[in-house]
Amino acid sequence: MLQRDYTTSQLDVLEAEAIHIMREVAAEFERPCLLFSGGKDSIVMLRIAEKAFWPAPIPFPLMHVDTGHNFEEVIEFRDRRSEELVARLIVASVQDSIDAGRVVEETGRRASRNRLQTTTLLDAIEEHEFDAVFGGARRDEEKARAKERVFSFRDDFGQWDPKNQRPELWNLYNARIRKGEHIRVFPLSNWTELDVWDYIRREGIEIPSIYFSHTRKVFERDGMLLPDSEVVKRGDDEPLFEAVVRYRTVGDMTCTGAVQSAAGTVEEIIEEIAVTRITERGATRADDRASEAAMEDRKREGYF
Amino acid sequence: MDILRFATAGSVDDGKSTLIGRLLFDSKAIFEDQLEAVERTSRDRGTEYTDLSLLTDGLRAEREQGITIDVAYRYFATPRRKFIIADTPGHIQYTRNMVTGASTADLAIILIDARKGVLEQSRRHAFLTTLLRVPHLVLAVNKMDLVDYSEERFEEIREEFTAFASKLNVSDLTFIPISALNGDNVVSRSENMPWYHGSSLLHHLENVHIASDRNLVDVRFPVQYVIRPQRATDHAFHDYRGYAGQVAGGVLKPGDEVVHLPSGLVTRIASIDTFDGPVEEAFPPMSVTLRFEDDIDISRGDLIARPNNQPQVAQEIDAMVCWMADTAKLAPRSKLMIKHTTRTARALVRDLHYRLDVNTLHRDETATSLSLNEIGRVSLRITQPLFVDDYSRNRLTGGFILVDEATNGTVGAGMIMDVR
Repeated sequence: MLQRDYTTSQLDVLEAEAIHIMREVAAEFERPCLLFSGGKDSIVMLRIAEKAFWPAPIPFPLMHVDTGHNFEEVIEFRDRRSEELVARLIVASVQDSIDAGRVVEETGRRASRNRLQTTTLLDAIEEHEFDAVFGGARRDEEKARAKERVFSFRDDFGQWDPKNQRPELWNLYNARIRKGEHIRVFPLSNWTELDVWDYIRREGIEIPSIYFSHTRKVFERDGMLLPDSEVVKRGDDEPLFEAVVRYRTVGDMTCTGAVQSAAGTVEEIIEEIAVTRITERGATRADDRASEAAMEDRKREGYF
Repeated sequence: MDILRFATAGSVDDGKSTLIGRLLFDSKAIFEDQLEAVERTSRDRGTEYTDLSLLTDGLRAEREQGITIDVAYRYFATPRRKFIIADTPGHIQYTRNMVTGASTADLAIILIDARKGVLEQSRRHAFLTTLLRVPHLVLAVNKMDLVDYSEERFEEIREEFTAFASKLNVSDLTFIPISALNGDNVVSRSENMPWYHGSSLLHHLENVHIASDRNLVDVRFPVQYVIRPQRATDHAFHDYRGYAGQVAGGVLKPGDEVVHLPSGLVTRIASIDTFDGPVEEAFPPMSVTLRFEDDIDISRGDLIARPNNQPQVAQEIDAMVCWMADTAKLAPRSKLMIKHTTRTARALVRDLHYRLDVNTLHRDETATSLSLNEIGRVSLRITQPLFVDDYSRNRLTGGFILVDEATNGTVGAGMIMDVR
């Protein structure tokens, strides 16, 4: 009776699932917001939001937790993209948290504002009374994330309790919370790094220039290439050199490493990732190297 | 390239982690830094071999106790397909986790140790798989190397399991003799078992036909969200009113006559919209926006179907419920929230007909309540009508979750068996 097979491609299935998740949130929560960093995952998430509510504008604000140590190309991209979408952008600043005495800046060569972001994020969620917060995290990134729900419950303190998660069945998500609690929502849970890049290619989505190969002054620390910048403290034993690099992930300059690469187009990046043998977080994130449970510990505290 | 979601059932002793590790490793989904971390941890613990279960046991408590406590999702791809594995643990809270993992699975792999044969837990896994209507079941008879790759042993197990499966509703059952440790029949056909003429496990996963598992016959479109761009920058959209949702069944086309529930009003589909432009048809699992020729009052929780093919409109339903609350019990007079498609209502448990022993399939009609990980048949009365199908007909319009109003926890998963 059926004339055709109705096979659906993996990107179409993932997109349909992510759109469904976004619409569930818009329908069931009072005050959602979408974390937008200017990184590739949040860029894809933003495109999904655009699709989910078209032709209406995205019905929630965007929020960026700005460490003050971000790449300027990414900040420029963030501002331009939110303007194009006529979306409200809230910038929660780690510097403000430091100035207000909410957190204390780390000292020493490896000082990073990565961990301080959690306080800034949770304060902003409380201040704006957000009850649902979209994040671009994927389950293939890290093994604590592999066990996190799409709708991930956070208590009054913003904490995640991995041993007490709500079962998630079919496409039914439990959105019930009390005042002061919130849900982190991960529409890209089932996407892999390669899916994200395939989608960027298929949709022709613009991404910040630092994802593509460029020449940059860098120095080496723990096998990672860190950028020459006034916010990254470099020792005398860490000489600068020029390298042809690109970024596989985009985070804080103090803990995000570049990879040597000549990939100048999305197609070349996809070719490179298809044969790479190291995960993106393993290759480029000092914050995950601290211990085997580094991500789990930060997530418990309320990290992204 | 399409997606196959599969669940794996079995304990570490059955070689489940080894099997998953091998699928990931041979498809290059395990990366060097992940493997190094696992090797380092194995060494630190004094394990002689690389313990691949460490790849999936991500939480601190799991590593400390050497157990798996939650469903882990893993991803790999071959040139033919992308795979999502729901890896469910074999130990504590088994039923809750397996039911969760199986709810979205196209296929389930049940592992059996060739030396031990069909155990009680194999029967339990098979029962849960069929209860959740996972369309394809693979019985992977593992550790064939330890029974000298014996065809007789494999046939014995096949016969025993087939006899048991005849009591269940298994639509597609495949037996594959493997050795996860040595890789026999996992990725490629093994030379050690020339008597086996079937596919390797990966070949089967890549080729099993799943497109027709979806219900493409009964049109079901639960309305999820109403799109009214009142502050649209483009004035062309000032009067736009679209009904967004994910197709749960059937194929919708512009011009089709449809019925709106609960009103029963009939109209036609004017357009099926997406961000990328209007489409000529919509089917599961597409997320689209429908517009209709007539102005009907439609809100979230309503459903679009065909006038000659409608779901049941029900306030009294019978369902198999898997209870998932740690302490609270399900008993007659329990009051709960029910979420079914995009509709949320309150439910009262009118009756518990029996509790099912998932190992023996025995029905205990004297049971007065369900505790954690128990399954039983209940009657519910709902405060407002739901638009339902039997779960066996459609998993999306036949499944629901129960939420405890006091704790807000998800405490039950239900599969509709009958409507009154």
